[in-house]
Amino acid sequence: MTSIAPAAAASSTVVGEAIPRARFDVVPLLLVVVIALAALPVVGSPSTWVTLTVAGLAMGMIVFIAASGLTLVFGLMDVLNFGHSLFIALGAYLATSVFAALAGPAASSSRAGDLAVVGAAMLAAMLLAGTMGLVFERLIVRPVYGQHLKQILVTIGGAIIGEELIKVVWGPAQIPLPAPESLRGSLLLGEASVEKMRLVSVVVGLVVLVGLLWTLNRTKIGLLIRAGVQDREMVESLGYRIRRLFVGVFAAGSALAGLGGCLWGMNQQIVTPQIGGQVNVLLFIVIIIGGLGSTLGCLVGALLVGLMTNYVGFLAPKLTMFSSIGLMVAVLLWRPQGLYPVVNR
Amino acid sequence: MLTRLVSHDLPKSRWLALALVLVVVALALTPFVFPGTKALNVAAKVIVFIVLAASFDLLLGYTGIVSFAHTMFFGIGAYGVAIAATRIGPTWPALALGVAGALAVSLVLSLVIGLFSLRVRAIFFAMITLAVASAFATLASQLSEFTGGEDGLTFKVPEALRPATEYGSFLGVAFDGRLLAYYAIFVVALVLVLALLRIVNSPFGRVLQAIRENDFRAEAIGYRTVVYRTLASVASALFATLAGVLLAIWLRYNGPDTTLSFEIMLDVLLIVVIGGMGTIYGAVIGSVLLVLAQNYLQDLMKLAAGAVQGVPVLAQIVSPDRWLLWLGILFVLSVYYFPAGVVGRLRSRGAGPRRV
Repeated sequence: MTSIAPAAAASSTVVGEAIPRARFDVVPLLLVVVIALAALPVVGSPSTWVTLTVAGLAMGMIVFIAASGLTLVFGLMDVLNFGHSLFIALGAYLATSVFAALAGPAASSSRAGDLAVVGAAMLAAMLLAGTMGLVFERLIVRPVYGQHLKQILVTIGGAIIGEELIKVVWGPAQIPLPAPESLRGSLLLGEASVEKMRLVSVVVGLVVLVGLLWTLNRTKIGLLIRAGVQDREMVESLGYRIRRLFVGVFAAGSALAGLGGCLWGMNQQIVTPQIGGQVNVLLFIVIIIGGLGSTLGCLVGALLVGLMTNYVGFLAPKLTMFSSIGLMVAVLLWRPQGLYPVVNR
Repeated sequence: MLTRLVSHDLPKSRWLALALVLVVVALALTPFVFPGTKALNVAAKVIVFIVLAASFDLLLGYTGIVSFAHTMFFGIGAYGVAIAATRIGPTWPALALGVAGALAVSLVLSLVIGLFSLRVRAIFFAMITLAVASAFATLASQLSEFTGGEDGLTFKVPEALRPATEYGSFLGVAFDGRLLAYYAIFVVALVLVLALLRIVNSPFGRVLQAIRENDFRAEAIGYRTVVYRTLASVASALFATLAGVLLAIWLRYNGPDTTLSFEIMLDVLLIVVIGGMGTIYGAVIGSVLLVLAQNYLQDLMKLAAGAVQGVPVLAQIVSPDRWLLWLGILFVLSVYYFPAGVVGRLRSRGAGPRRV
């Protein structure tokens, strides 16, 4: 509050001048770099560090893809969706089906063919998860707008039903999801080995990030979404149907969760019925760290969690889960509303 | 006398009162009326779940916050007893030490989680408890030299509670240590539920309900909502820990699946929602319904699955493995159409014609 006052006073003296640009807060971004560099002496060998860092960034990008929808849905409509895990699981399971269906033609083909299979799996996962997101929004979320307690209960219930139906379709056993032939194994960068699948994840994550940033910052829909996150009633009173916008964001968020689940499954090379729950815990930590409703915060939070999980997973495997929770605690002590607090909430 | 015992919180419905009396009498007489180990096990599970669900109701129904770490405290109680009994030996002091240790751990943990997450926003609580609980469950199965890992711990209880200890015969039923354990659990659970009734009907309980209805207003009147919410979560955690202690003493075993699994968390949620949120009695009714359904309806599903064996999808859906699917559907439907639960329905019937 105090930091805004002088700026407002300054702008009021010069009438007609544009609103002063908000200063971009680089501290959280620097934090990512600092953590990565601080891990270097602890891990010891630089080649291991490169491997871990790439793995961490890949995991961060996947978590970001899956979490971006969740945080926007919360920011727009105050809907806390505990059923997000369902779409992650759906994406991963669909990937196993697509791989199985395309295994024949892709078996002998080149890297391009393998990439096409992966792309098809991702597209299918997004389509199915997005469609299911529409159904979920209509059946589960819509009747309980504005009631937090019921939202939590009902979305949890919806997720249980969905995950049980997944077990009906795909069976309760875990399904292996090996990467296509040419994408298996790792590349050698000097002495560091980097898994190819992780590179694919980083690339897909960057594409999604650019697409998301472009949509949010350069299109009218993005403008409305950002405005809606800041002040829903104001946007509504200007004549825009925020409800319809929200349905779109919900479906897009579910589709991204499906994509995230698909990538997660390919990186783990195995899909279990618990996959949604495992990732969901990370998503919650990430969006709390980032500040509920903030896309940039979500990215930084995801990268922090991804790096932290991989470093700690290497140094002290038993503490992996607690490292992300510890990170969240530390961030909240520093900034109680998350790294990039959304105004007016 | 009876009114004072239930803290002036009467059932306020003839049918509800009848049901409650029936439940208490049935649980008290189970060993004599329904012989056999299965009936006794089911009855003991009902008792433990009544305490567990009633303590969760203090949080969900009275304070209006959702915690997913309730089974974590349940597990802490059970592990406290199990670890003390395996490490020190099956003696009463060891048992007491285990209970005290578990209560201390739960107290500290719930205080830290509560202060930390409720300070910022009440909505964080649900997410943070989910994260902490899943991390705790992972840790419990990883520290295998301490907790027995996935296999869990099988341990001995003190001499007096063992099945081999005979106390003579009563009304044609051999009264052994197992029955003594059952009645000990019964009495402790009764005291705990009455204590919970006392808490929710105290001035403290009224403040919790005020926070549930309108936290902004409660804060404006001058109640520190953070403090009250945290105290409620601590109290609820302690009661859950004691429920875990009861379960461990009864089963003489504890493992991740018996106390820490997310399925139990769902069971508790379902019990409270179906029984009726914000009425401790709802936990009693809900537990009876759910545990009975779990133990006897699954047999029915097995029969149904056998009947439709040829049909591809239907056979899958009614198979007993998909039990959770039906629980989920029941859960969503009851949140929508039945938000007051069984107790709420019975009470509104008792209150005369429904208001339009």
